[in-house]
Amino acid sequence: MSAVDALGPDAQNAMRRSEADHPSSAVLAFGPDQPLVLEAGAVLAPWQIAYQTYGSLNADKSNAILVCHALTGDQHVANDHPVTGKPGWWTLMVGPGRPIDTDRFFVICANVLGGCMGTTGPASTDPATGRVYGLGLPVVTITDMVRAQARLVDHFGIDSLFAVVGGSMGGMQVLEWAAALPQRVFAAVAIATSHRHSSQNIAFHEVGRQAVMADPDWAEGRYLDAGRNPKKGLAVARMAAHITYMSDRSLHAKFGRNLQDREALTFGFDADFQIESYLRHQGMTFVDRFDANSYLYVTRAMDYFDLSARTEGSLARVFQGSRTRFCLISFTSDWLFPTSETRAVVHALNGAGASVSFVEIDSDRGHDSFLLDIPEQYRIVRGFLTGAARARGIAGPAPAPAGE
Amino acid sequence: MADLSLPNPDVRVDFDLIADLVTPGSRVLDVGCGEGDLLALLESVRQVDGRGIELSQAGVNKGVARGLAVIQGDADRDLDQYPANAFDYVILSQTIQATRNPKAVLESLLRIGGKVIVSFPNFGHFDVRLRLLLTGRMPVSKRLPYTWYDTPNIHFCTIRDFVALCDEIGATVEKAIALDATGNKLPFTAPWWVWNLIGAQGVFLLSKPAADRAPAR
Repeated sequence: MSAVDALGPDAQNAMRRSEADHPSSAVLAFGPDQPLVLEAGAVLAPWQIAYQTYGSLNADKSNAILVCHALTGDQHVANDHPVTGKPGWWTLMVGPGRPIDTDRFFVICANVLGGCMGTTGPASTDPATGRVYGLGLPVVTITDMVRAQARLVDHFGIDSLFAVVGGSMGGMQVLEWAAALPQRVFAAVAIATSHRHSSQNIAFHEVGRQAVMADPDWAEGRYLDAGRNPKKGLAVARMAAHITYMSDRSLHAKFGRNLQDREALTFGFDADFQIESYLRHQGMTFVDRFDANSYLYVTRAMDYFDLSARTEGSLARVFQGSRTRFCLISFTSDWLFPTSETRAVVHALNGAGASVSFVEIDSDRGHDSFLLDIPEQYRIVRGFLTGAARARGIAGPAPAPAGE
Repeated sequence: MADLSLPNPDVRVDFDLIADLVTPGSRVLDVGCGEGDLLALLESVRQVDGRGIELSQAGVNKGVARGLAVIQGDADRDLDQYPANAFDYVILSQTIQATRNPKAVLESLLRIGGKVIVSFPNFGHFDVRLRLLLTGRMPVSKRLPYTWYDTPNIHFCTIRDFVALCDEIGATVEKAIALDATGNKLPFTAPWWVWNLIGAQGVFLLSKPAADRAPAR
C-alpha cells in the first residue's frame, strides 16, 4: 500500500479535485488576452496547460520529444502519480536509457485539453462564474488538444520537435500534429491508432457516456457543485471500455472461467468469476483518479476525430508533401484499433510520398499492448529514433540493454 | 552493440553492382528488401533516401529497428498505392522469381520508378541445364537450395526469358550485367546466349517505355 493509498478515499478524492485547478505539475497559464480558439468556434480564455518535463533541452532546441497520452492517461508519463502513487504509465518507453531516453532528449508530456489533471477541462473552475465548468465547457477536439500543446511548445521556444510520440488517442494527436503542423514535426511515432474513430469505437464510447449520465449522482453534470460523484456510472463506463483494451485470448488466458475466492457458483449476482471481480476493481480504482465529465469530453474528442474529412476523404492529400519521418506500429490482437486502420494510414503516407516505417507486432494482449512489456515495441522505437536522430544530427537514444 | 547502419559483411554479390548503378542522393524503393541489408548499404555509400517493402514481418521489424524506412507489404499487391514516378530507382533484388505475377510487378515498378533495377538467378545456367539433363530432376544447388515443392521461387526464368519480357512490355534495357558462379562479371561483349549459359546471376537496369516517361521532377 502506498502512502497515498493510506490517506483513504476521501483524502484521495480531495487530491483529485485539487489537481484540476492546482496540479502538482508545472502549469503554463494563459490570460484573458491569450485565448485558445477551439475548432467548434468557441474561444477559451483564460486557460491553462499542466505538464511534466524530463531531461534537458539542447542549445539549438532540436532534441525535444512530445509524448501524447491516451484517453485515461495524463502528463505523469515517467514519474509517480501524485494521486495514486503508482509509477508513470510509460516508464518502459520514457526514462534514462529508455528508447525515449531522458539522458539525450528533452521530453514534454502535457495533460490534454478537457482532461482533469490541471489542463483546462470540465472539472476546472470557470473564471466567469467561479464554479466548475461542468458541461459549460465547450466541446474540445483532438485538433484543440494539439493547438494547446503547440502553445506550450512555443513557450519553450521550440520551432521543430524532434519527435511526437503516442499510442491510441495519443497516436491520434501524433497524426494531427503531423497533418496540421508538418514543419514542426521531424519524426512521428503513432502506435495502435487510426486516422479516424470507427463506428464500433464510437458505439463503445456512447455506452460509456450513457452509463455516466444514467447515474443519478451525475446530477446533469453539476455533481461537483452538489458534492456528489457519479462513481457507479463512471465505473461501469470503465469496465465496458476495459474489455475493449484486451483480447478474448488474453482474457481467457488470464481468467478463463475461474471462480473468485469460492469453490462453487453461488447462484446469485455476486462476482462469482475472477473476470467480474477484476473488472469491478478496474472500475472502482478508475473513479478515484478520473473526473466523470472529463471522460465525456475526451471520449467525444476521439469520436470527432477524422483526418480525411478535411480533404473530402483523401487521406493521402492530408500528408501531401510531408517531410516528417513516420513510424507506425500496430498489434495483431488489437481489435479496437486493428492493423487494417494503421495500414490505411501507411497507404496514404506512401501515396503522399512520405517516409514511413510500419511494423505489426505479434501480441495476444490486445489494444493495451502498447503500454505493456513487449520488448519488440521498444526495440523498434529505439531503432527508429536512432535513425531519425542520425538524420537530424543529434544524439540518439542509448544502445539497447540486453533483453530489449 | 554493432553499428546497425553498416551492412553485414557477406552482402550478396549483386549488392555492390546495384550500388554502382544508383546515382548518389536519389530516392530508392527496394521491393523485397529482407532485413534491409541493401538499403543500409545504399544509404551509407550512396546517401540515398531509401524505402523498403518486405513480405516477412520478421524482416520488416529488424529493418525498422535498425533505423530504415521499411513497411510490411507484398510486391504483388501493394505497389498500386505509390504514385507514378515516386522514386528515382525501384529495385527488385532476387525477388522477381518469387512473385505471383512477374509481368504485372515489373510493369508496376516501371510506373513508380524512373529506373528499375532487377537482379535474379539465371535458370539458363549450364549447371542448372546439366542437372536437369543428367538427373532428370529439378536442380537443387547451393544457390538454388529448395526442392520443387517447398521453393518460394515459383517463377524462374533465364536471362533470355527476362530480355524477352522486357521487349514485350516495352522496357528499355539500359544496362545488363551477368555474373558467373564465382561472382565475377562476364565481358559486356559476350552475346546473350553466352551469358545465358554461363551467367549465374543477371542484373538489369531498365527504363520505362518512352510513352510513359514523365518530365524530369
